[in-house]
Amino acid sequence: MDFFDRFAVPHPSFLIYASMVGIGLTMVAIVLGITYFKKWGYLWREWITTVDHKRIGIMYLLVALLMLFRGGVDAIMMRYQLSMPDNKFLESQHYNEVFTTHGVVMILFMAMPFITFFFNYLIPLQIGARDVAFPRLNALSFWLFFMGMGLFNISFIVGGSPDAGWTSYFPLANNEFSPSVGTNYYMIAIQIAGMGTLISGINFITTILKMRAPGMKLMKMPMFTWSAFIANVIVVFAFPVLTVLLAMGTMDRLFGTNFFTTGDGGMDMLWANLFWVWGHPEVYILILPAFGLYSEIISTFARRNLYGYKSMVASMVVISVFSFLVWTHHFFTMGQGAFTNSIFSITTMAIAIPTGVKIFNWLFTLWKGKIVFTTPMLYSMLFIPLFTLGGVTGVMLAMSAADYQYHNTMFLVAHFHNVIIPGVVYAMIAGLTFYWPKMFGFMLNERIGKWTAWIMSVGFVLAFIPMYITGLDGQARRMYTYSESTGFSMLNMVAFIGAGIMAISFALLVYNIYYSIRYASRDIGSDPWDARSLEWATHTPVPEYNFAITPQVASTQGFWDAKKNGHELFKGKYEKIHMPNNSGWPFILGCIFFVFGFAMVFSIWPLAIVTLIGILVCLVYRSFEKDHGRYISVEEIEETEAKLRGVKNEDR
Amino acid sequence: MKELFPVKQVMGFVFSLVLTVVALLVYFTDMSFPIGMTILLVTAFIQAGLQLVVFMHAGETDDKKSIYTNVYYGLIIALVTIFGTLLILVWDM
Ligand code: HEM
Ligand SMILES: [Cu+2]
Repeated sequence: MDFFDRFAVPHPSFLIYASMVGIGLTMVAIVLGITYFKKWGYLWREWITTVDHKRIGIMYLLVALLMLFRGGVDAIMMRYQLSMPDNKFLESQHYNEVFTTHGVVMILFMAMPFITFFFNYLIPLQIGARDVAFPRLNALSFWLFFMGMGLFNISFIVGGSPDAGWTSYFPLANNEFSPSVGTNYYMIAIQIAGMGTLISGINFITTILKMRAPGMKLMKMPMFTWSAFIANVIVVFAFPVLTVLLAMGTMDRLFGTNFFTTGDGGMDMLWANLFWVWGHPEVYILILPAFGLYSEIISTFARRNLYGYKSMVASMVVISVFSFLVWTHHFFTMGQGAFTNSIFSITTMAIAIPTGVKIFNWLFTLWKGKIVFTTPMLYSMLFIPLFTLGGVTGVMLAMSAADYQYHNTMFLVAHFHNVIIPGVVYAMIAGLTFYWPKMFGFMLNERIGKWTAWIMSVGFVLAFIPMYITGLDGQARRMYTYSESTGFSMLNMVAFIGAGIMAISFALLVYNIYYSIRYASRDIGSDPWDARSLEWATHTPVPEYNFAITPQVASTQGFWDAKKNGHELFKGKYEKIHMPNNSGWPFILGCIFFVFGFAMVFSIWPLAIVTLIGILVCLVYRSFEKDHGRYISVEEIEETEAKLRGVKNEDR
Repeated sequence: MKELFPVKQVMGFVFSLVLTVVALLVYFTDMSFPIGMTILLVTAFIQAGLQLVVFMHAGETDDKKSIYTNVYYGLIIALVTIFGTLLILVWDM
């Protein structure tokens, strides 16, 4: 009996039961649907076993959108709970689980796959490569990430969600204060997903260093690829810290070690310390690719090349080092001396300088540009002022003495949403709108798109600016309710309304996709935005080999110079192309990892051992497997190219 | 014959064994904590460098520059993390 008790949710409520039923029905519907339309074979051949960077990218995108929805529902629940004093909608335990899930899902399972989607889809196209350096490994990255995500997401219906915050500080996260399996899910699901991220970090660095088209020197790479390169360097050096940290946390919870205990030589503060050694670089991992996307979009629609390419690159290189020098600013109040706090105050303020340099670069790019106000450009223009506000409040928080007032209040919550939403989320949506025609062959509706951007911004301002004020007035973060006499209720109601407006804007985004699928013209050629860099130089839809002939590049904006200045990108004639084979092993290994993770969460040791052996078997198999890939023949290339060119000519 | 015999690797192997023995001495002899720790740290760093250069061929390809840049970058970050942590949790707590 005991054995099965553990799988029950410790604090059930009507909402959780309703979601269980909902999830069950959706699963059944999906399985039946796929069977009915006979799509299993298609799914297996074209998606599950694929090693094509474009398809893997699109799978990351799907996960990101799904998680945006999940995290968004959590957000609305929290805002509703706080919209009125003494609200009884969620009880404290449930509220704790919701904010923990929201944080983890949004950072690790929404923002991370969203940027990884762009890495996958764009890096090979921007540098003129046929795929990433290790396509099979890339598939493994995705499936590890996917299974980690899946494991985390079932926690709220099987055994209970983690409830110690996305930062999961010890001693709160230890067995005594967090007795349910929730925090085990946290430790193990993030570990599995994090392995995927680390592997793809190595993959992308290698791709960028080794697979650039002839002529593309490092200083001739498009700005997004530069930002991706720096972000992945940070991934490779920051994620191992997380790996070690989670392993130590797991051992404390499952095997009774004493890394983060308060007695027996343990040090609970070490968790907070190491968490932010990873955590601060992590926020730069998220923002740098966003900066890269804005750079592409702004230079495209200002119809100019990017102002100050070198200073942009230099500021990112500086950020890559500095982002490792500031982590203490997340716990100025932990008890270390004023000397230490001063050092980290100064480094934190210093990192705002390269960030500011980039803002000025965009402004100078706009200066004298012929600006075209498309939807992606509108997002970028909204980003600049809103993000700057977030940066300024960041500098306020960076003053360690003042931070004693701000720390862990709603002021802090307002700060990081203020940088993450206009910074990262806007970039993701702008980039999605920008690259949508490249991926799917039609554009998203511009009118609905602009409405979405404005409504989202109104919602954003209403939802988060009030938090600055209530935070300064003393409303603590993660507090599940408050009394009438605090006077917080009005502003919290405004914030709830703002959150509702943001939800409407996301619904509008979904509607836009639906609308455009039905009504948008397919007659758009392969360069609908009159863009500048290499990814636009190939056909739409992009053939599996990306470029029939490897491009030869002589400038930072190869495609633009080919269009306007007579550079020749594609010299020579077709040759057979070497491509990797599909493989089901990454998926299978991912599945075994999922079961292994589940066994670890519930301490089912026999199953854990069996699956661990399974994992090793897969690795050994791969080491001895001979797979030399396949060739696409010249005839086949000619056929594909003729067909794709035909599509274009007919359209014109 | 001379070109075929991997002098560098054999010497490297012997040297790494020596380093291991020196590190083991810390366990088997009675040293004070600071001396023992110093020996461990020094031998560990030399050992890691040795493996990287002699057995993982760090400097032998065109990628020499990016490999060493990576190693130095990693080293700096590791040192900053360790000394930063010591500062926060031990020296200035
Ligand atoms: C101008 C640059 C920035 C500065 C000076 C800055 C400064 C700070 C400081 C001092 C804190 C800790 C405050 C406290 O806990 O009391 C903080 C928290 C945070 N910042 Fe920033 N920040 C900057 C940019 C960013 C960016 C670009 C992002 C993300 C894309 C970001 C995301 C976060 C997050 C997620 C937290 C809080 C996490 C938590 O405690 O749960 N910040 N920031
Ligand atoms: Cu930070």
